[in-house]
Amino acid sequence: MRRDVRVLRRELPFFLLRTVMQPLLFIVVFGYMLPRMGFVRGEYTTALLPGVIAVSLTLSAVQSVALPMVQDFGHTKEIEDRLLAPIPIPLVAVEKMVMGVLQGIIAALVVLPAGRLIMGPIAGLTLGHAGTALAVTILGAATFSAIGLWLGSAIGATQIGLMFSIIVAPMIFFGCAYYPWRGLDPIPIAKYAVLVNPLVYVAEGMRAVLTPEMPHMPLAAVVGALVLLLAGFSALAIRSFLRRAIG
Amino acid sequence: MSAAIHISGLRKEYPTPGGGTVIALAGLDLDIASGELFGLLGPNGAGKSTTIGILTTRIRPTAGSAVVAGADVRRSSVAVRQRIGVVPQRANPDLSLTALENLVFHAGYFGIPRVAATARAHTLMGTLGIADKMRARVGELSGGQQQRLMIARALIHEPRVIFLDEPTVGLDPQARLGLWEILRSLHADGRTIVMTTHYMEEADQLCDRLAIIDHGALLALDTPVALKARVPGGGTLDELFISLTGRELD
Ligand SMILES: Nc1ncnc2c1ncn2[C@@H]1O[C@H](COP(=O)(O)OP(=O)(O)O)[C@@H](O)[C@H]1O
Ligand SMILES: [Mg+2]
Repeated sequence: MRRDVRVLRRELPFFLLRTVMQPLLFIVVFGYMLPRMGFVRGEYTTALLPGVIAVSLTLSAVQSVALPMVQDFGHTKEIEDRLLAPIPIPLVAVEKMVMGVLQGIIAALVVLPAGRLIMGPIAGLTLGHAGTALAVTILGAATFSAIGLWLGSAIGATQIGLMFSIIVAPMIFFGCAYYPWRGLDPIPIAKYAVLVNPLVYVAEGMRAVLTPEMPHMPLAAVVGALVLLLAGFSALAIRSFLRRAIG
Repeated sequence: MSAAIHISGLRKEYPTPGGGTVIALAGLDLDIASGELFGLLGPNGAGKSTTIGILTTRIRPTAGSAVVAGADVRRSSVAVRQRIGVVPQRANPDLSLTALENLVFHAGYFGIPRVAATARAHTLMGTLGIADKMRARVGELSGGQQQRLMIARALIHEPRVIFLDEPTVGLDPQARLGLWEILRSLHADGRTIVMTTHYMEEADQLCDRLAIIDHGALLALDTPVALKARVPGGGTLDELFISLTGRELD
């Protein structure tokens, strides 16, 4: 655990660059340029910011767990020294997930003020529910860390790049990140189809706590779905981690 | 002397991609006494690493049992890991850390406080001749230096039983002799040492007792002297190996 914190601290700039870049570009283009060019209405930023935060925190959680894990198991075997530590092996997996959550929180904490700064004032943005916001962040990051652990331990090094492009890109675009879920009301098929996408719940959860004035999915539904997804993916992830860790 | 390691009926099958199984260990029985410097000798694919893997709780046996330092590898794997040190076949240092951090963090997993661990790391790195690499990122170390770092890591928590999987592969002759010295002094210290090798000379010179294995089965178990005496007219371990398996090692 402390080992991972030390490594994270050393590599923080690269970490931020990797995970926060895409969301920040989105903020600049869609949150700053387009509204000022008059292509989208001002309140689009209200829908965008929570979604962008959701994308950054989930992406950083999933990547920070999955990518090193693939290397660890595939090539460097660095994780071996932790597997020789006198603690139960599932704890090693849980530690990886905790680190993923931590990095998700960091990403959210960077993107929120940065977004606010670039976009200018955002109608309906409130920090009144900071506690709940943190809870949703942790829940979302934990779910995606579990997904990262599962991908990282179930997939070989050669396929992980492919995996990211065929899973992560659609997940982001169909994740209600760059538009609110209720915006899909006119397209009922899409509205219900996207519910399989875990990102939807994180994005809508962020909307529920950061911009509650906007129409959004009920917070209870968000939390319920995330708890279920977290439980499911954790079980899956720890199983595949154990299978990979012990020959 | 009490048994440090008790292996009985140990069997390991690996699934193959084709749906079949590879039998890596075909029911191994072995007892290693406390304080022994024990060698597992056999050609590539004999099952040496698999045996070490099971004894160090990294591989789950298909059948049979193994007790290491009083703890069962299946039921009490955490206790086993607490009492052993492991030098893997391939060096696997933590590349994101410095050499010193590698040791101190590893000691941390065993609950050794930072200050004590740092002191011990200094001593070990001095003994192993890598003291000048303390603050270097591990990637800057040569293969032999990384290997010695792995030995330091295996010793940092002062384990009772030490496992080394082909520790001298890839070392130059001088480094190999240096490692032999280290192993001898650990042995003199009373630690139990289990090492694998496919070098006859190394097994002959270094080990108290040897188990010769091939195809996952035990072919012979004795002191090097007694093993060599089995060859009619007194010969070498190489000759014994040929007479046991009908082929040469390597
Ligand atoms: N993870 C694995 N999956 C499938 N087969 C394996 C695996 N590890 C080892 N084997 C097979 O088991 C046998 C014994 O291997 P190993 O214990 O590594 O031998 P040694 O260390 O003596 O060279 C070999 O036939 C090897 O191909
Ligand atoms: Mg081997």
